[in-house]
Amino acid sequence: MIWTQIIFYFFAVLAVVSAVMVIASRNPVQGVLFLVLTFVAMAGIWMMMQAEFLSLVLILVYVGAVMTLFLFVVMMFNLGRLPKMEAFKRYFPLALIIGGLIVAVVVIAIQPKHFGLVMQQATQHGADYSNIKAIGSVLYTNYVYAFEIAAVILLASIIAAIALAFRGVQPGTKSQNVSKQVNTKREDAVRMVRD
Amino acid sequence: MTLTPVLILGAILFALSLMGMLLNQKNLIVILMCIELMLLAVNTNFIAFSHFTGDISGQLFVFFILAVAAAETAIGLAILILIFRSRRSIDVDELASLKG
Repeated sequence: MIWTQIIFYFFAVLAVVSAVMVIASRNPVQGVLFLVLTFVAMAGIWMMMQAEFLSLVLILVYVGAVMTLFLFVVMMFNLGRLPKMEAFKRYFPLALIIGGLIVAVVVIAIQPKHFGLVMQQATQHGADYSNIKAIGSVLYTNYVYAFEIAAVILLASIIAAIALAFRGVQPGTKSQNVSKQVNTKREDAVRMVRD
Repeated sequence: MTLTPVLILGAILFALSLMGMLLNQKNLIVILMCIELMLLAVNTNFIAFSHFTGDISGQLFVFFILAVAAAETAIGLAILILIFRSRRSIDVDELASLKG
């Protein structure tokens, strides 16, 4: 039991420290990499809460795809180090008060006398329990319409992202001409040298 | 392991991302990263409640939030590229063309 506590606090401290570094780092590339570290640490905590599928999805989809996209964009901009901001100093006391208030409200609200759920022990599943099977059996029955709508949202975002960022074929760049590729005959490409 | 430390961790991450949005007003990329961090904190709360109440539905909400967040990030970064192309900077303060 003590080992789960140690592992939990290790990941928690790692997540909080790297989240602070995301905010404080002047270099955006470092910020993205610290955000990746935060995601990895939180994936560890999700794994401890027996959400194995989502923990791995967080690593694969977020670290593997979304953060890579961030890194591409940040490196494309080539901003270098950001200048020291005056807003950072000016708003720091206000930010500290707001952040402290949020944490304090949550800490007070989840005292056992207000919120009995915190006393409950979690049900530890055995080794034969399959998290993916449990998710799948609910996802494809009760939540099947939400699942399909999520697929449509992803399709819409693909179209929107391409429509926003694509400027048409620029002169001097190489690109495919699909109809020309499809209409290619054998005679255009292959020449018989010897019978 | 009880529910309390997980909820406090979620609150700390949420507060940190809110502070980051307030402090880094110059940089749109940092603001987008703070939104990701905020969604992570919310998802952690969902998974914690799902684990401690024994209800799998919380994990499905996280699944859908992740899908929508991925879509949001893709469109957000595309808009960011458009802003950078037209203005050569991603300073939030310069995006004041609509101000009367």
